[in-house]
Amino acid sequence: MTPLLELRGVSRRFGAVEALTGVDFEISPGEVMALVGDNGAGKSTLVKVVSGILPIHGGQIRFEGREVALDGPQAAAALGIATVYQDLALCENLDVVGNLFLGRERARGPALDEIAMEREAVELLRRLSVQLPSVRAPVADLSGGQRQSVAVARSMMGSPRLVLLDEPTAALGVAQTRQVLDLIRRLREQGLGVVVISHNLQDVFSVADRISVLRLGRRVATFEVASAREVDVVAAITGAALG
Amino acid sequence: MVVGLALIWVAFSAANDRFLSAANLTNLMLQIAAVGTIAAGLVPVLLLGEIDLSAGVASGLCAAVMAILHVKLGWGPFPALLAGMVAGTAIGTFHGLWITRLRVPSFVVTLAGLLAWQGALLHVLGSTGTVNLPDSPITGLTGTFFGPAVTWTLASLAVLAHGAALWLERRARGAAGLPLPPWRAPAARLLVTAAAVVAAAGVFTQDRGLPLAVLIFVGLVAAVDLVLRRTRFGRHVLAVGGNAEAARRAGIRVERVRVVVFAAGSTFAAAGGILAASRLLAVNQSSGSGDVLLNAIAAAVIGGTSLFGGRGSAWSALLGALVIGSISNGMDLLALSSSVKLMVTGAVLLVAASIDALGLRGPRPGGAVRPAQRG
Repeated sequence: MTPLLELRGVSRRFGAVEALTGVDFEISPGEVMALVGDNGAGKSTLVKVVSGILPIHGGQIRFEGREVALDGPQAAAALGIATVYQDLALCENLDVVGNLFLGRERARGPALDEIAMEREAVELLRRLSVQLPSVRAPVADLSGGQRQSVAVARSMMGSPRLVLLDEPTAALGVAQTRQVLDLIRRLREQGLGVVVISHNLQDVFSVADRISVLRLGRRVATFEVASAREVDVVAAITGAALG
Repeated sequence: MVVGLALIWVAFSAANDRFLSAANLTNLMLQIAAVGTIAAGLVPVLLLGEIDLSAGVASGLCAAVMAILHVKLGWGPFPALLAGMVAGTAIGTFHGLWITRLRVPSFVVTLAGLLAWQGALLHVLGSTGTVNLPDSPITGLTGTFFGPAVTWTLASLAVLAHGAALWLERRARGAAGLPLPPWRAPAARLLVTAAAVVAAAGVFTQDRGLPLAVLIFVGLVAAVDLVLRRTRFGRHVLAVGGNAEAARRAGIRVERVRVVVFAAGSTFAAAGGILAASRLLAVNQSSGSGDVLLNAIAAAVIGGTSLFGGRGSAWSALLGALVIGSISNGMDLLALSSSVKLMVTGAVLLVAASIDALGLRGPRPGGAVRPAQRG
């Protein structure tokens, strides 16, 4: 099967620092790929490259087998690549509907079509089984897990093929983490490719199909979750020799 | 704050029975129309989390532009009026471009504007320092009163329009299969609107009638409210005020929103300045200076618009202006000195701003929690 996204030998420098060196990476539709590594390993740089924020200095990127130039967030969005950053980028003073449709509001003439937006929002949230007190509640009133769910749901608005999640479970409690992991599984059931950056190996093992390990800007290992041992993943992250 | 306004009214009417007379309440509305209009233009600026310190002197300068074109250069009243408004738009656009292009904080840019436009006002007024307005449609803005027939027709239309809007929205929600809130909520809202409108119409018709200036003021507030709540642009204003970075990532042209809001804010300031000039029958060196700016900002904040951005309503300009105007008017009736007046107004502002700050802390637990980006 052709991978949804394929990186071959991708490099990115910041001045003299090589943040990514010859990185290969691929993800298929309906697959959850975890991206792990220590601080400074290049995880966020890789996500920014794929979401079109950082141009690459070497290598090539293929989307569904075609070579593409991800030269801006719009180019990535046009291909169907959506990114949920760690800060979620939600407007806390707006309600859930307002946030889901931010920048793509439905209008009839000069007036916002609140009813069409609310109906679409309810439908989307139901499809993703996201539980919220009310779609008219301001985001300020939601829990961390609910906010994360709203941010993930918003990334689905443009019918993407690939969703990148940057630390979706950091700063969440146990129950809220489970909600978000369930949501990731539902994205996979819908045939999307999902890339999850995480520091939490327990979450990674519970939700991912494969694990890519980055260390110092290089991809050092890839594991199939079904057959991987946590100690091996930790060893790959830290670069420690196996005893 | 509605309760606070009621308390203020009860207190003043107990102290002086003329306070709640139709003639005095009509005067009160005429007194607040100018500052209230400036405040209505400041609400969107505050919603962005910005400030416009030049709104007061801009109102005076634009009124002076209008007066000089009309009186000294012989322009017709309407072209002169339009030119005054355009001067406001130009001032606001200049501020907005400077703030967004050069990334200088709005506090500094409009503080510079406060000084510079004050100088420009003194300059255009010349050595006499005053331009008197002859009888014209300009003075008619505050000197025109509509009789009972027009007043009650407008009042019924306002209540009917509000009722129809609520009913149509409810019907459309039902047709779309969305959950309907209990009918008591919209019914209560309609009842409050109807009571306020009928009370106002009753007061105006007992005195000289509905003043045109008040109609303009309330109409402008309603227009700002509709734009903020019902249009894409208004949604973008709230989004930029709530989280500018999120708005930018969602594809909203944040800079453009800021420029338009500052341009509109100064245009409203011009309208307020023209209403003030119309009431004073003149423009002079103190037009728009003194406490005009601070009263306008205080009105918006007392009415419930947050200085932190993102939360507030156009109606806060009307409510806050009523509170400040009532204090000022009531103390004038009691022949209290401005020392007392200023201290009481300051205390009310402090209380209102504190409610805002507490409200901000209350429903937003963890609002500031943004884990550092890791890589």
